Amino acid sequence: MTAPFYVAPEQMMQDRADYARKGIARGRAMVACIYDQGILLCAENPSRMLRKISEIYDRIAFAGVGKYNEFDQLRIAGVRHADLKGFSFSREDVDARSLANQYAQMLGQVFTHEMKPMEVEILVAEIGHDSTGDQLFHILYDGTLVDETGWCVLGGEAEAIGSRMKEQWVEGGTFAEALQAAVDALAGPDRSLVVSEIEVAVLDRAGPRRAFRRVEDEDVTAVLGNNDTNLDT
Amino acid sequence: MTLPSFGLSEDPGPDFAALVRRMGLSPVVPDSPVDARLTVTHGTTCVAVRYPGGVVMAGDRRATSGNFISHRTIEKVFPADRHSGVAIAGAAGPAIEMVRLFQLQLEHYEKVEGAPLSLEGKANQLSQMVRNHLPAAMQGLAVVPIFAGFDTARAAGRLFQYDVTGGRYEEFDHASTGSGQMHASTVIKMGWRGTLSADETIDLVLRALYEASDEDSATGGPDLLRGIFPVVATITSSGFERLEDADLEARYLSILGQVATERGGSR
Repeated sequence: MTAPFYVAPEQMMQDRADYARKGIARGRAMVACIYDQGILLCAENPSRMLRKISEIYDRIAFAGVGKYNEFDQLRIAGVRHADLKGFSFSREDVDARSLANQYAQMLGQVFTHEMKPMEVEILVAEIGHDSTGDQLFHILYDGTLVDETGWCVLGGEAEAIGSRMKEQWVEGGTFAEALQAAVDALAGPDRSLVVSEIEVAVLDRAGPRRAFRRVEDEDVTAVLGNNDTNLDT
Repeated sequence: MTLPSFGLSEDPGPDFAALVRRMGLSPVVPDSPVDARLTVTHGTTCVAVRYPGGVVMAGDRRATSGNFISHRTIEKVFPADRHSGVAIAGAAGPAIEMVRLFQLQLEHYEKVEGAPLSLEGKANQLSQMVRNHLPAAMQGLAVVPIFAGFDTARAAGRLFQYDVTGGRYEEFDHASTGSGQMHASTVIKMGWRGTLSADETIDLVLRALYEASDEDSATGGPDLLRGIFPVVATITSSGFERLEDADLEARYLSILGQVATERGGSR
């Protein structure tokens, strides 16, 4: 019997991270940012049926980029976690921080123990009753948990998109300003995005109990339509 | 609490009740009649009536344990989701728990699947819950709901009545449940016409609950002294909307005036 080759742990982690990053970079990116009345989630997504952004609980939303089946599995686990927690305790006891921690644990576990890491990056966003309570938790493929402020970018080319976002996003801006900034950042200077290629949803601060709401194409066009430099509708 | 994860064969899918069972959170079924040893809060009148724009659903506020009034302000009519509502009669504890689970079931399905259940699907789901509750019902903890909703696919209100075994029966004009159901449904039967407006339907429902409370000691009437009125809601294309107490008070004052006139001063 031959002994397995020795691979240094650093090398092994490096290889896994590269593998996950490559998988994520193949997919398209998404941006989340806070505006005066809520949190905007905007993803580049040509599919109408396979969603990247969805509702987890009353004031919590989920977004994932990378491999669809993997982040969808995480999404369903999150909905189950939140609904069970709300059922056992109370609706107020369901919070994004604890859910983000659970996700981080799970992704970290898979990264070190499973055959292959998950090729995903996810976001757990929670809208507060005032802007101080807004939370954006960005969780990477290896379980790294980042608490972002103001805005965050998930997916390949995150740096380029992030630098455009930094220029355009203004704190306390309106929904229209936030959406324009997000779409411009996703598209970049050399590309234009049509409305059918973007998926938009918001967590509405003043909304009903379930604050999550998808923004229809007409409403996206109403905001971006006048400015056709980057958008063909 | 950790993130729930399941193997492919054990995955409960969008079924929240199955998830609750799998996590060991479902209640234990008593193994002997509960009624015989302790008093369980019971008694109700709930009705649902269809009109061209949707459904009016209402229920009284009293809960009784034997000959005691245990609560004066209990609620028996609940929104199930945006376009449907559920009213309950029977043992209060398990009934309210069933409603909570049912509400969560509908929301959970919608979130996991990305689309809401059809109205028919919701009615069947409730039927299964009542059926699963049968062992507890056999021990004296029966729960008998009514389900009503606005079917967005058909653009019409629909009503479903249940029996204790989970049997599900669609009704076309009105449905009722609880100890006072006989009196209430007689009043509705006499006053119901297919062309009633929302306003007229609400008044008819209020009159039915009043008459039920007049005959059945386990049904609470309008309590003008404490300002307690039945829970009344309309379910239309714009969703489940509960009526304000101030509105109900005004309506009851006029109904009581009408009753007094009808009796011509005799007590």
